[in-house]
Amino acid sequence: MYNKGTIIPGLVIFVLLVTSPIWLNGLKAATPPKPELPPGGEKKCVMPKEYMRDNHMKLLDDWRDSVLRDEERVLVTVEGKTYRKGLQMACMQCHSNKEKFCDTCHTYADVNPYCWDCHLTPKEAASKEDTH
Amino acid sequence: MKYAFSFLAVIALILIAGLGSQIPGMQYLFGVVLPYLAIMLFVGGFVYRIMDWAKSPVPFSIPTTCGQGVSLDFIKQDKLECPTKTSEVMARMFLEIFFFRSLFRNTKSELHDGPKITYESSKWLWLFSLIFHYSFLLIVLRHMRFFLEPVPFVLSALEGIDSMLQIGQPAMYLTDAFLLLGLMFLYGRRLLNRHVKYISLNNDYFPLVLIFSIALTGILMRYFLRTDIDIINIKNLAYGLVTFSPVIGAKIGAIFYIHLFLVCVLLAYFPFSKLMHMGGVFMSPTRNMANNSRSKRHINPWNDPEIKPHSYAGYEDEFREFMVDAGIPVEKELTAAKDEA
Repeated sequence: MYNKGTIIPGLVIFVLLVTSPIWLNGLKAATPPKPELPPGGEKKCVMPKEYMRDNHMKLLDDWRDSVLRDEERVLVTVEGKTYRKGLQMACMQCHSNKEKFCDTCHTYADVNPYCWDCHLTPKEAASKEDTH
Repeated sequence: MKYAFSFLAVIALILIAGLGSQIPGMQYLFGVVLPYLAIMLFVGGFVYRIMDWAKSPVPFSIPTTCGQGVSLDFIKQDKLECPTKTSEVMARMFLEIFFFRSLFRNTKSELHDGPKITYESSKWLWLFSLIFHYSFLLIVLRHMRFFLEPVPFVLSALEGIDSMLQIGQPAMYLTDAFLLLGLMFLYGRRLLNRHVKYISLNNDYFPLVLIFSIALTGILMRYFLRTDIDIINIKNLAYGLVTFSPVIGAKIGAIFYIHLFLVCVLLAYFPFSKLMHMGGVFMSPTRNMANNSRSKRHINPWNDPEIKPHSYAGYEDEFREFMVDAGIPVEKELTAAKDEA
């Protein structure tokens, strides 16, 4: 074998890079997120649980577009209760804790939605009301 | 029909994964067994190929040069095109690996009436290769979020840059579009450029179609066919794989298994194909040697150490009588040589 001095270290770096998740995680078990169920005890969402798990981001995106672009501010009715279409107006009425609901999965899967560039969590909204 | 075959092969692979993963119990094969096999083939095959190259002797000093070599003091050396020092070779290799410098010199030749041939600079290959390779790199890095817990900040930042246009939810990635664009150019080049089409083989078309299908299934999974695509289940599976405790938990949609299977095929195919240019670019003697054969002797590793150097003086000593007999001029005459002895 020729040029051992450069090829062997190069190969070692390559193998370490490819297998880096093994070393970086250190074989510790996964900690799948457990999003908090609505503290108010609501059982029914606007859509079935399975649909929401896969598609909530598209639903929210559709809602945003229909509200902001088409002015379709229709009410959403779930189990007799009506909500105004929107993340803060509807979703967060039940799922009131962003940190314990939204963030658990988003942090685990490193999803960084830009909802919160504009929206406020109920907690933040309350504190804003205090200051004004 | 060469290019049609690559499509057929990939369609067959998609059918295998799409139908196979829907058979109860087969999720373990497609989600756990095949990924492990593929990554072992990838790493093992990669190391094997590199070691194979490392064992191959380079009989001659064969760097490609296209600039002024070291000469007299007042003649300026082209240090990148004709490197003589290790540092210059490293600079040339760096530009080659990170910026594909040799593709920058790509030319297009055309035959005109006359007949007359013309050459023209053609930077498209360089541009689209750069787009394709860097998009692919970013996409691979982005996927590391499924394998790491917690996800390093660098990866989140990369993802943020990639989705900076904030189109739709889940946000569209720029690299997804760029990768497809690059692939379409690289494939189109092989179809439309007669010179390249003539030398293109199945093993040129197949990887392009395979990578295109991987990108396409990924895009379909992320933006369109979201049924049973819960990212938490996918991360659980991916994370389980790298911590050697894989679990097939909740149901994951067929499009995910197709995507994963195609990636497995790519990984397994990689070391035994032209895609090994990833490692080969470092091993190419025409690139990684210094053009210093005048100041430093390049010893051919094939040389038999038993065969000693035979100078002309020694040769003449051995054959002087025969040479004189045959009338071949000699440097030392027979009598002079005898006097010395």
